[in-house]
Amino acid sequence: MIPELGHFSLILALVLAFVQAVVPLVGASRNRLALMAVGRPAAQGQFLFIVFSFGCLTWAFVTSDFSLQLAATNSHSETPLIYKITGVWGNHEGSLLLWAMSLSLWTVAVTVFSRNLPDVFMARVLGVLGCVSTGFLSFTLITSNPFDRLLPGAAQGRDLNPLLQDPGMIIHPPLLYMGYVGFSVAFAFAIAALLSGRMDAAWARWSRPWTTVAWVFLTSGIAVGSGWAYYELGWGGWWFWDPVENASFMPWLLGTALMHSLAVTEKRGAFRSWTVLLAIGAFSLSLMGTFLVRSGVLTSVHAFATDPARGLFILALLVLVIGVSLVLFAWRAPTLSGGGSFGLVSRESALLGNNVLLAVASGSVLLGTLYPLFIDALNLGKISVGPPYFETVFVPLMTPVIVLMMIGPFVRWKGDDGDRILRKVAPGLVASAALGLGLAFAIGHVSWRTVLGLSLAAWVLIGSIQILVQRIADRRGAAPGARLRSIPSSWWGMWLAHLGIGVFIIGVTMVGSLNTQIQVKMMPGDTAQLAGYTFTFRGVKDSPGANYAAARATLDVTRGDSKIATLNPEKRFYQAQQMPMTEASIDIGPFRDVYVNLGDQLEDGAWVVGLFYRPFISWIWLGCTLMALGGVFAAADRRYRRLAEREVPVGAAARQVA
Amino acid sequence: MKAKFLVPLFIFLLLAGFLGYGLKLNPRELPSVLIDKPAPQFRLAQLSAPDVAIANADMRGQVWLLNVWASWCVACRQEHPVLNGFSRQKVVPLIGLNYKDGADDAKAWLREHGDPYDTSLVDADGRVGIDFGVYGVPETFLIDQAGVIRYKHIGPVTPEAVRDVLLPKIAELKRAG
Repeated sequence: MIPELGHFSLILALVLAFVQAVVPLVGASRNRLALMAVGRPAAQGQFLFIVFSFGCLTWAFVTSDFSLQLAATNSHSETPLIYKITGVWGNHEGSLLLWAMSLSLWTVAVTVFSRNLPDVFMARVLGVLGCVSTGFLSFTLITSNPFDRLLPGAAQGRDLNPLLQDPGMIIHPPLLYMGYVGFSVAFAFAIAALLSGRMDAAWARWSRPWTTVAWVFLTSGIAVGSGWAYYELGWGGWWFWDPVENASFMPWLLGTALMHSLAVTEKRGAFRSWTVLLAIGAFSLSLMGTFLVRSGVLTSVHAFATDPARGLFILALLVLVIGVSLVLFAWRAPTLSGGGSFGLVSRESALLGNNVLLAVASGSVLLGTLYPLFIDALNLGKISVGPPYFETVFVPLMTPVIVLMMIGPFVRWKGDDGDRILRKVAPGLVASAALGLGLAFAIGHVSWRTVLGLSLAAWVLIGSIQILVQRIADRRGAAPGARLRSIPSSWWGMWLAHLGIGVFIIGVTMVGSLNTQIQVKMMPGDTAQLAGYTFTFRGVKDSPGANYAAARATLDVTRGDSKIATLNPEKRFYQAQQMPMTEASIDIGPFRDVYVNLGDQLEDGAWVVGLFYRPFISWIWLGCTLMALGGVFAAADRRYRRLAEREVPVGAAARQVA
Repeated sequence: MKAKFLVPLFIFLLLAGFLGYGLKLNPRELPSVLIDKPAPQFRLAQLSAPDVAIANADMRGQVWLLNVWASWCVACRQEHPVLNGFSRQKVVPLIGLNYKDGADDAKAWLREHGDPYDTSLVDADGRVGIDFGVYGVPETFLIDQAGVIRYKHIGPVTPEAVRDVLLPKIAELKRAG
């Protein structure tokens, strides 16, 4: 009964989505306020129905209702409660429902937080979001209904894929989806702007906080996913250029470009058509990511189900949404005049360079991801593209981005003196190149990659200090404390996020240069050495879990005479899926991780043990955290609220005063 | 409407065309042009014995499976327990093709996850993989007594694929031989 209620509720949500798509758009084009006003309640009602529907599905999982097909294939009565809940989105149908719920949540957030938008603009934004929601809800209901029954019901479920039974998987998909789907708001703002022909600084200012918040979610989602891969896949890597990882990375790159481009559009009115195109592009890549993951066009570990009918439906949706947007773009964009002019040496040029490079990087990831498909479709043979391609293409593209990143903040808007900038940045550039080389010698690993990575990291750190000093020096007269306080939160956001990139580069470079690992055969009492650490194998005990049997090893890690940690890697066997899993055990430190996993037991009773030394690897996630935190600061800037208040219509403001 | 503003639309439509065609291809069921053709010639060193090479002729007269794998391949981890189980049944020889991999990485990987292969051949530069039309790793080829490729499985081998496809096809080929 409860699943049927959920199903019915989802159908009602679709009806409301359709209303939200059509009525406000018609109202906006005929300038009828009554019709435009329908958008808000329709969006909020839709959200309630989707949440109810999602709740019903969760209920079926929690109560182990195995007459529901989805619960029977993705849950098990012995699964711990938290993984029964996450099992709801650990599959194709449920993850689509999560997608739709995120979209609906964003839409409701727009109705709540952007109350001061002009009615016509708001109606168009909600109409566009309603169109996307209609598409996704129909897709869910027609091809991937999560509420399909299995009659008669199964006695026991097949359980969730053990790889997904992990704390990281509890928050990774919701974060990632909030990020993916969040770009729909920037997209809807862009389309509404195209429809109304209003693409001015105000439009950019309205879009900025939404884009930034979506970017924060996406950054966190990708970081958590990479952390999950690091400790759950059990082989000490953190990024694999898997098609599904790329699917989330491409919108991130383009979203980063969009954030910067919006800044230029807001401050200088320039790049307007380019900004609109980026907003369309970032969301298109999110949709395409969904397509790639859901259609099975590319094989990947992450692909849940492959069904050509589903692929065709999403492709049709993709063509409709993106195709219509791009037609609209081709029709309306030429009417935009260029905006403010700027010189060759200017903040605008620096940001344009950043934009172009990020867009090209995003395009090259897309090319690498789809290349096997292109080649095959053209009958040119069959190839596979691996990490070597991406690393070769990516490093040369990102190096200028990072160099430019720390020069940009020094350059004035509109036009600046090239010699002045050169005098400011040249000492830092030379110093960081020297520092990079020196550090590479100091750690005893001199390769061009290490030198380049360390130099770039040094450049970001030196540049960050220099920018901060400059910023404080610019406000002469006031006391230092007052000068610091006068810096707006969005500036700190920029500073932190850029610093985060430097920290991230340190992590990537150090792991890439100095990581070591060995596989050893160990009997109880045996010891092994790695990177100055001694590992003593104490033996293996049985340690059963709720839905798995496990062998749990104990290893003491010492360095010299001091004891560092006791690690307990496990080898688990999940009964329902008949699947073995290794559960790595990690001693996390600020400057290194020591990582141990347990392999098979050999015939003579010894165990195969994998020992990994990963220097500075937590800096990768520390860097991502700083980036996300920077985004939070940027989005929280008082400016957005203050300007929003200023736009309250005169009558309303008067009432507030009274 | 200025032409340059149409460029994004055209690029996208081109892309959509490829994606649509890609749906038709469906990599897991992609029919290989090599099916029912003699397997490409190869002569490769073994992972465990680099100085002893194995060539097509050595496998003549028996039905065998060639599984393309690599230590960097995530999906291979997924199919590996299935292959371990399959090789214990000792139905046909299972030969690994270690594709674009480092010998030390590959050996460590087999030590960690178990070695289901009768032997693994080293295809460090991917030359033989290309001859076999390897689209992505893992892939598995079923080759008959005369050295003709009879079936190709793309992506991780599942227990269902072994039970419903590979074992029946092997039995059929053995009967025919």
